[in-house]
Amino acid sequence: MVVPVQYYLALSVALFALGVIGVLIRRNALVIYMCIEMMLNAVNLAFIGFADYFKAVDGQMFVFFVMTVAAAEVAVGLALIVAIFRNQGTVYVDDLNILKW
Amino acid sequence: MQTLFLILGGVALVSGGLVVFQKHPLRSALWLIVNFFAVAGIYLLAHAEFIAAIQVIVYAGAIMVLFLFVIMLLNLRQPEAEPKIPFIGQKLGGIVLAGFTGLILVYGVTRTVLTSGKPMAPGLGNTETIARSLFTDYLLPFEVTSVLLLVAIVGAVVLAKSKLR
Repeated sequence: MVVPVQYYLALSVALFALGVIGVLIRRNALVIYMCIEMMLNAVNLAFIGFADYFKAVDGQMFVFFVMTVAAAEVAVGLALIVAIFRNQGTVYVDDLNILKW
Repeated sequence: MQTLFLILGGVALVSGGLVVFQKHPLRSALWLIVNFFAVAGIYLLAHAEFIAAIQVIVYAGAIMVLFLFVIMLLNLRQPEAEPKIPFIGQKLGGIVLAGFTGLILVYGVTRTVLTSGKPMAPGLGNTETIARSLFTDYLLPFEVTSVLLLVAIVGAVVLAKSKLR
């Protein structure tokens, strides 16, 4: 018995919305990054669901590249957070207002 | 198969919710690992064995180790402190906005017309198919990816070294 593609899409939408909630309501920059990772995962899930549905490998290729970009993004982003913490002494995004006039 | 999907999907949703609503960043990170493992199980159900293995190694392994390492480095032991400015309006607004995003996504998904695609080359396993595709059709993106990773390494080293003053 095969899983219908609608199930994958529903789970993907739910996970993506959860990630959006996390990005919008959390104040810790690290948790915001984790929620961005969760949103990337939700998109990957939709890709995999479609790849299974169409019996094509291209969706899996896209997931491969998304994962590579996510790894690069996390490396640079966490280095940025560490640099900001050393400079400002906080990782809470509402305390980081040096760009505010 | 469907029951397995529903169980894994439930685990992914519950752990994802716990990532968002957990006060402590360390606990968020640990629940995110559970989430990644559940999603890797769903990839296995969808006949994407290679991607499932990569998910466990790269996401649950490398990326989450990096997260936990930074949490340890920044010594964020205490849970999130109360903000100086009240935050409740932003919280409500955030949840409403995320709900709207979800509604738009649901609208788009339900209006999608699904056609059938061309079948995969028979007689090959998942990893062989991916490898063949990676070194023929997707050779240029694959090489560009290596440059991207190099840039990320250099960027991370520069950011970590300099004082940024």
